[in-house]
Amino acid sequence: MSEQRVHFYQVGSFAVGNRLLSADDRTVQSSPHRTNSIDSGHRACQGCGEALGARYALDAAMRATNGQLLAVNATGCLEVFSTPYPETSWRIPWLHSLFGNAPAVATGVAAAMRVKGRSDVRVIGQAGDGGTVDIGFGTLSGMFERNDDVLFICYDNEGYMNTGVQRSAATPPAARTATTDVVGAEPGNGFGQGKDLPRIAMAHDIPYVATATVADLHDLERKVERAMSFRGARYLHVFVPCPLGWGSASNDTIHLARLAKETGLFPVFEAEHGVVTNVSRIRRLAPVEEYLKLQRRYAHLFGAKGRPDIVARLQAIADANIARYGLAPERGELDNREDA
Amino acid sequence: MLRQLEGSKAIAETVALCRPEVVCAYPISPQTHIIEAIGVKVKDGSLAPCEYINVESEFAAMSVSIGASAAGARAYTATASQGLLFMIEAVYNAAGLGLPIVMTLANRAIGAPINIWNDHSDAMAVRDSGWIQLFAETNQEAADLHVQAFRLAEELSVPVMVCMDGFILTHAVEGVDLMDQDTVDRFLPSYEPRQVLDPDDPVSIGAMVGPEAFEEVRYLAHLRQLDALDYIPVIAEEFTALTGRPSGGLIHPYRAEDADTIVVALGSVLGTIKDAVDHLRDGGERVGVLGITSFRPFPIEAVRVALANATRVIVVEKAFSLGMGGVLATDVSMATLGSSAVLTTVIAGLGGRPIAQHSIESMIGQAIRGELETLTFLDLDEGIIERERARMARTRRSGPFAENVLRDLRHNREDRS
Amino acid sequence: MERPFAITLDVGTSRANHTGSWRVERPVYVDRLPPCNDACPAGENIQGWLYEAESGGYEAAWRKLVENNPLPAIMGRVCFHPCESACNRVQVDEAVGINAVERFLGDTAIEHGWSLPAAGPDTGKRVLVVGAGPAGLSAAYHLRLLGHQVRLVDSSPKLGGMLRYGIPAYRLPRAILDAEIARITDMGVEVVANHTVHDIDAERREGGFDAVFLAVGAQLGKRVNIPAGDSSKVIDAVSFLHQVADEDPPMLGRRVIVYGGGDTALDAARTARRLGATDAVIVYRRNRDKMPAHAEEVEQALGEGVTVRWLSTVERFENERLVLEKMRLNADGFPEPTGEYEELDADSLVLALGQDTDLSLLEGNDNVEVRDGVVQVATTMMTNEGGVFAGGDAAPSDRTATVAVGHGKRAARGIDAYLRNVDFVSGDRHDLATADHLNTWYYADAPRTERPELERIRRQTNFEEVIGGLTEENALFEARRCLSCGNCFECDNCFGVCPDNAVIKLGGDVKYVFNYDFCKGCGICVRECPCGAIEMVPELI
Repeated sequence: MSEQRVHFYQVGSFAVGNRLLSADDRTVQSSPHRTNSIDSGHRACQGCGEALGARYALDAAMRATNGQLLAVNATGCLEVFSTPYPETSWRIPWLHSLFGNAPAVATGVAAAMRVKGRSDVRVIGQAGDGGTVDIGFGTLSGMFERNDDVLFICYDNEGYMNTGVQRSAATPPAARTATTDVVGAEPGNGFGQGKDLPRIAMAHDIPYVATATVADLHDLERKVERAMSFRGARYLHVFVPCPLGWGSASNDTIHLARLAKETGLFPVFEAEHGVVTNVSRIRRLAPVEEYLKLQRRYAHLFGAKGRPDIVARLQAIADANIARYGLAPERGELDNREDA
Repeated sequence: MLRQLEGSKAIAETVALCRPEVVCAYPISPQTHIIEAIGVKVKDGSLAPCEYINVESEFAAMSVSIGASAAGARAYTATASQGLLFMIEAVYNAAGLGLPIVMTLANRAIGAPINIWNDHSDAMAVRDSGWIQLFAETNQEAADLHVQAFRLAEELSVPVMVCMDGFILTHAVEGVDLMDQDTVDRFLPSYEPRQVLDPDDPVSIGAMVGPEAFEEVRYLAHLRQLDALDYIPVIAEEFTALTGRPSGGLIHPYRAEDADTIVVALGSVLGTIKDAVDHLRDGGERVGVLGITSFRPFPIEAVRVALANATRVIVVEKAFSLGMGGVLATDVSMATLGSSAVLTTVIAGLGGRPIAQHSIESMIGQAIRGELETLTFLDLDEGIIERERARMARTRRSGPFAENVLRDLRHNREDRS
Repeated sequence: MERPFAITLDVGTSRANHTGSWRVERPVYVDRLPPCNDACPAGENIQGWLYEAESGGYEAAWRKLVENNPLPAIMGRVCFHPCESACNRVQVDEAVGINAVERFLGDTAIEHGWSLPAAGPDTGKRVLVVGAGPAGLSAAYHLRLLGHQVRLVDSSPKLGGMLRYGIPAYRLPRAILDAEIARITDMGVEVVANHTVHDIDAERREGGFDAVFLAVGAQLGKRVNIPAGDSSKVIDAVSFLHQVADEDPPMLGRRVIVYGGGDTALDAARTARRLGATDAVIVYRRNRDKMPAHAEEVEQALGEGVTVRWLSTVERFENERLVLEKMRLNADGFPEPTGEYEELDADSLVLALGQDTDLSLLEGNDNVEVRDGVVQVATTMMTNEGGVFAGGDAAPSDRTATVAVGHGKRAARGIDAYLRNVDFVSGDRHDLATADHLNTWYYADAPRTERPELERIRRQTNFEEVIGGLTEENALFEARRCLSCGNCFECDNCFGVCPDNAVIKLGGDVKYVFNYDFCKGCGICVRECPCGAIEMVPELI
């Protein structure tokens, strides 16, 4: 079953809002009355995808819960740039404990709400990819298997950015980080490593698992809303480009997120009770080069001493994703990819 | 109502009377019987409303407690030994956030070598975490201290750890006068958090604090510990007024008023020491005991007063700081600064080694005679030590230290047989 | 609630931290010139009126349209829409059907009887407009808006010039033409039909006109010397179409040959078919690629049974036999004679070889410069003689109705400046909103709506309009295909994509403003603006 997109000319299907759309068809972000869960004055880098993703997700959750929301945050960029004493950017109740325990803390918050009969108050746990796939993985898996009533959101920028861009289990192959330098026969991060957390989450048979990017706001907001329609453990994995860590232009953040999806490198889908129920098909198929070339972490793959062999291996990963999830463009959509 | 029951069971019954709203459980000996018994009560509905959560680790247990407490629920968990160390980051965090969690610590040694029996190494490992640490001498006191712990924690917004000796107390069946629900309810009002996650009054809890304010934050936390020094005796008196039982407080002196020699200790070993002291008193020695209930905050003034007339102070402790010596003794020395009393430290009962009354008596005798070294290890097998050191000196690859000791013990037995 | 020091913070306090100080570039909202507007000879604000139409505000759209062009129902039919050729939407799928929406608005205005704005406050100045074609009508309209009195004279009995006498009714129904002309004359234009001006100086002097606009068109069909027998019927296309428009069509017989390759040739051939010709054959000396006529007109003509002899010239025409010489294109693409001949049966030959301007009214005037058969003008459309302006086909131009409308507007403004004795000021032209300024991702795929065509069998025999109009639903759809190049259309993208909440949504005319207290200058808003209405400028430090 694939989702039927409402085509609204000229931009209603893809842009944040549109004066011609009914209020219901606009995104939460289009409203001047949105929560701005994470407000101005935060210290995120220029063009930070995580700051954007967090506001998108939490504002949508605020709407979905009628403002009855509590958020638990792992240590990481999002925590550090939002709450340096004496200022906080949060406009929602927010708790930070440790790097690796956000899922468990969220479980505790949810338990408190349940014991107090506050079923109207919903709980979100959130972390970067390090706090999710690495150090927080144990508590996350525990939260999943107990099916605790928490929506956990991972803002995936593919590395430990707060500490200076080191490798995480979400760092993609060939990418340069401070701990996977571009030296040796296999420059950058190794192939055949890393965790695919959305699939691991699905293996827990939790009610809802979805991936999204900051490039498709309608999709992201719909998934948050969908997630909030379930009780139990839910997982949303949001792809958030990091200009600092990726060596990309600050204005390319959304563009890169879009390309990650349009190349097939980041599959956008949702699953219920362990079964994929919907995929976002590629609209304008792009070769991985188009995505990679905008990022200095892949600069060693291009130019005179480039590594077309490694680019081909990354393309193979994208192709495998396209095959696995059925991401190929719908008939009639343009295929912009040149035959290599 | 006085009942003969296992210490763990007494704790479970008492904790249940305190109406915890979220209980986290991850099993580790010798804490298991406590959480098992509470689990039954939640599952059969006798403890309600309460969320009982089987977590995947101690780290999660403390983390869930943090979340529950921050969201306004009365939170309880229990652990021991390795479990405490596994959750240590969260232990510090709970204190830093000022969350009034109550945790039972069924004191147990820390490996390697792995050892499930009692000593106080685990409690000492977190003495600087910002938790209040209360040590129980008996199961009755352990039970009573839990009721007081919730009151104390919530009043001061500080987490409290009730330390009871693993197996020696947790698994011992003795008579405990369990409180009834009314009495507990009168003593312990429902939890009114000082700060809470609330959609109607949003705040950010757990900010990053830099050099400009961190010292002040730490000092304020210290002041709250000092406040506890005032408050602990107050609630102990109130508790005694309500129940007729002297439980809790900062210290428990025993026959110390006129004593030249005072033995200072934590926990259940105080019973053995008191028996030894009684026996020595019968022999005319002016000896006494100072039991310390509140290890953190350390009641330095109360200890000073209690030890003011002693010429000899012996600190018996079930943990030590490797390369230095006694942990409790270091604290006691701060209380006896300027006094002429001779302070000695006796490390005893590590990893569950029995502390015999006669050993204590003999040790006190040595002290009175001025023969006790500043740092003594009670009933240490000197032969093993010498052989191992010789082996290590002979060959670089002498093998694992612990295995060598076990081998030597076997040889000793074979030699004897 | 008592809050623990430092660890717990009150919400939203970070607004004290003005991150705008990080910025080295700042985004600013801009209006760029949409390529359609840029390409429109009549100077229409196409993007502007489409914007109104998108929300169903058809009257507002029409009013914005007629600010520049008072003849939308006409132009929605006869304009060759260079706007659509320039449209950036081809980057997504196909150009927006601007012309169809313009016609829809024009027809809707006629249907609802919307009137043009009232004339401006009387200036007391009098202007003579010679020629009531599109240039003259446009000039009269704009002059009236500016408050000048206008006398509009034309040698024909009815107004419209080539719109009436050159464009067949199947392309431009007369009711439409009459309605839009009447709307202009109703603004208080003094109309004198059937009046040929022979001496412009005398006419100006005797009428006491402060200025004159010459919009006499190009009404003379060009003749070439083709040997033809006395009995052979030869007529120029302009005369032919004029006579048809006067409902006095000449008898051309069943086999009509039209010589020429422009739109007029096609009009003549298609008209001949409608008058009963079984064979309507166009003879053109080059091939289809080189044909100056608009491709869609060619397509329609072929669809109506008109045939074309490519690469052929007429050698002679006698005794109902037309002799053609075959041509070939040389390396430069020019036709060369081959010396090969062929013959065709023909009852008549229509010459559609271009038109000349009749400038006899300038005889005796030595000031106005005439070169290459047309009147030379400055950017204000003024000739070398003060107060004498010229435009439309009589001035250098592409000779389309739309250019004529543009000339009329420009001349009116030039005349106004002249009469007020102020400098003529052209409007500022913004930078062009080229395709590279757009982020076309956001535009949903939406193929254009084609206007219905009258089925062929019917249009071979009558003068019913061939191209139908759009329904309201289709017009709305089509209007909404507009990318709004270079002009904000309130998609909320900038407001939504800012990681720092540094865009304030105000709505109304202001739409959005940047909050430079917090804008870090990341540039995402610029990158993700669909229509290129934001740009980054260096911060002055």
